[in-house]
Amino acid sequence: MTGEALLSVSDLRLQHRQAGILLDGVSLTVKRGQILGVVGESGSGKSLTGLSVLGLQPQGQLSGTLRFDGEDLTRFSSRDWRRFRGRRAAMIFQDPMTAFLPVRRIGPQIVEQIRVHTALSHQAARERVVSLLGRMGVPSPEQTAQRFPHELSGGLRQRAMIAMALSCDPELLIADEPTTALDVTVQTQILTLLKEIGAREASVMLITHDMGVVAQSCTDVAVLYAGVVIETGPVAEVLQAPLHPYTKALLRAIPPMTGSRPERLPVIDGVPPSPDTRPVGCVFAPRCPQVTPDCAIRPPMRGEGAHRAACVLVP
Amino acid sequence: MKGVASRLGQMVLVLFGISVLVFAVFFATPGSDPSVRIAGRGASPEVIERVRHAYGFDRPLPMRYLTMMDHLFISRNLTSYVNHGQNVVSEVFAAAPVTLSLVLWAALFWVAGALVFGLIGAAFQGEWIDRLVSLLALIGLSIPVFWLGEMVNLVSESRFHDSWLFSWVPPLGYVPFMTSPLGWAKALILPAMTLAVAFIGLYSRVLRTDLLTAMQDDALRTARAKGVGPWRLWFCHALRLSGLSALSLFGLDFAQLLGGGALLIEVVFALPGVGHLTYQGLSTLDLPLIMATVLYAAFFVVIANALIDGLYRLLDPRMGRGSHDG
Repeated sequence: MTGEALLSVSDLRLQHRQAGILLDGVSLTVKRGQILGVVGESGSGKSLTGLSVLGLQPQGQLSGTLRFDGEDLTRFSSRDWRRFRGRRAAMIFQDPMTAFLPVRRIGPQIVEQIRVHTALSHQAARERVVSLLGRMGVPSPEQTAQRFPHELSGGLRQRAMIAMALSCDPELLIADEPTTALDVTVQTQILTLLKEIGAREASVMLITHDMGVVAQSCTDVAVLYAGVVIETGPVAEVLQAPLHPYTKALLRAIPPMTGSRPERLPVIDGVPPSPDTRPVGCVFAPRCPQVTPDCAIRPPMRGEGAHRAACVLVP
Repeated sequence: MKGVASRLGQMVLVLFGISVLVFAVFFATPGSDPSVRIAGRGASPEVIERVRHAYGFDRPLPMRYLTMMDHLFISRNLTSYVNHGQNVVSEVFAAAPVTLSLVLWAALFWVAGALVFGLIGAAFQGEWIDRLVSLLALIGLSIPVFWLGEMVNLVSESRFHDSWLFSWVPPLGYVPFMTSPLGWAKALILPAMTLAVAFIGLYSRVLRTDLLTAMQDDALRTARAKGVGPWRLWFCHALRLSGLSALSLFGLDFAQLLGGGALLIEVVFALPGVGHLTYQGLSTLDLPLIMATVLYAAFFVVIANALIDGLYRLLDPRMGRGSHDG
């Protein structure tokens, strides 16, 4: 089954009445068995892309196509969405503290999702929750299911969150900055867990701002800048030979693991475009060191094979 | 256990403070001298003096305070200054069930009404129905309750009493539950609804705002991402998260109504409740009656606070943990 496209987003645009253009033609594909890292800085539209896949984006004009396993998500009724969310695609959020309902125990919250989507009895659902929590590496899962969210550590909460997301065997797991709110050691554990899930249970769309996280756990990556995907490809290729000047600059800004520490890390001059200053052409052109007159027209994705970038410099 | 003890201590303190205050204010009020009232109209100064001595009003204030508290709480035979021989304590105990029944019925209507209108307002935020509900809430809040009560009486007791809609309405007054449960309900439905109107207005607004805030919560986004349907979303998630502030408000309002806050309704509908008694005590400057009703009210407010705290802890597990698991 690996290799077949599970989710394909193409030319996704979202315009908000006050905030302006939020997504400006996002195109990406998640194949079965893939862990796709969606990287970008704050405001680049990476979380919105994730939310749009579940139809949870904020009010606004959405256009483009969203195909999931052959189905057109943009034509979904609210009833279709309800059946889709949590069952075929599930999401985990950045802060597991606030993502759970604080006033209910962990177990019943997961049971609720199972019971919404399946005909399982209450008892059977509870047993499933305990086994899920166990599979997610939660110690003494039976007791943990009886706890309130605030009684668990951040790492355990995120494991419980992942257990909830996987409770109905979804085909796609969207993880929105799942490790940002966690300690570094716990981060690694959660990433390992996500990697295992990606290998065995579901395709994963891992939204992050951390190239390190991408390098550690993803098979593929899509780099977002100002609501546009500017580079996609297998992780190894993108990290070793980035094509787009933005990706190059982003990778240069990571402190080196070996050798002497640089006095100052290189930074990208300028700020991402605001809704008023959005360029018509390449969105990165105003900050790009290698800008050419051709950049005045929005470049399409080019390149050979899977590794492609939206830049005129790419042959 | 420690919690209960500190609650009791707090209650005693509150009751003490309020009783001292009521006592002090009463004797600072001009024309309140009870000896003159007891002696009767046109009594000679000698008679007044005799009464003053006989009732112990010539003793120092702290002594008189202690005597009154003894009569109120220990020997429970405090009598009215106005109606001789009328036992104030048993008066209050006789009035309490009336008020309790009225307030329970009103709470039923007002919780149901607030839930319905709050949910409608939040679910249809910004639409015409939301605006209509908020207009109704504003009207409900601003109608004086005594006027509304009189209007209800006018319509149900005289104008349209013979129409099918109001023919069931009994004459004004109270029927004890033990005498006739049906009569009890009939006698209370209209007063309770009238009392509930303003509260529905207030609570539906509070609930609507809380619900809309809750809907923005991360936990609700998770619920949507889980595939939870709209009914479950509103009732099991948003309401559960937002009911807390309405609950604490409810506790206080409920308690103050039990303590006699429904005075106007009780007077308008001729219900012999605690509010009616307070009204009577105030209009005749009858200290024992005022003291008894005020302390009774304070007692309920403290009790209700403790109950609400307990309920809060039950509903929000983040509260007050750690004190008992050490």
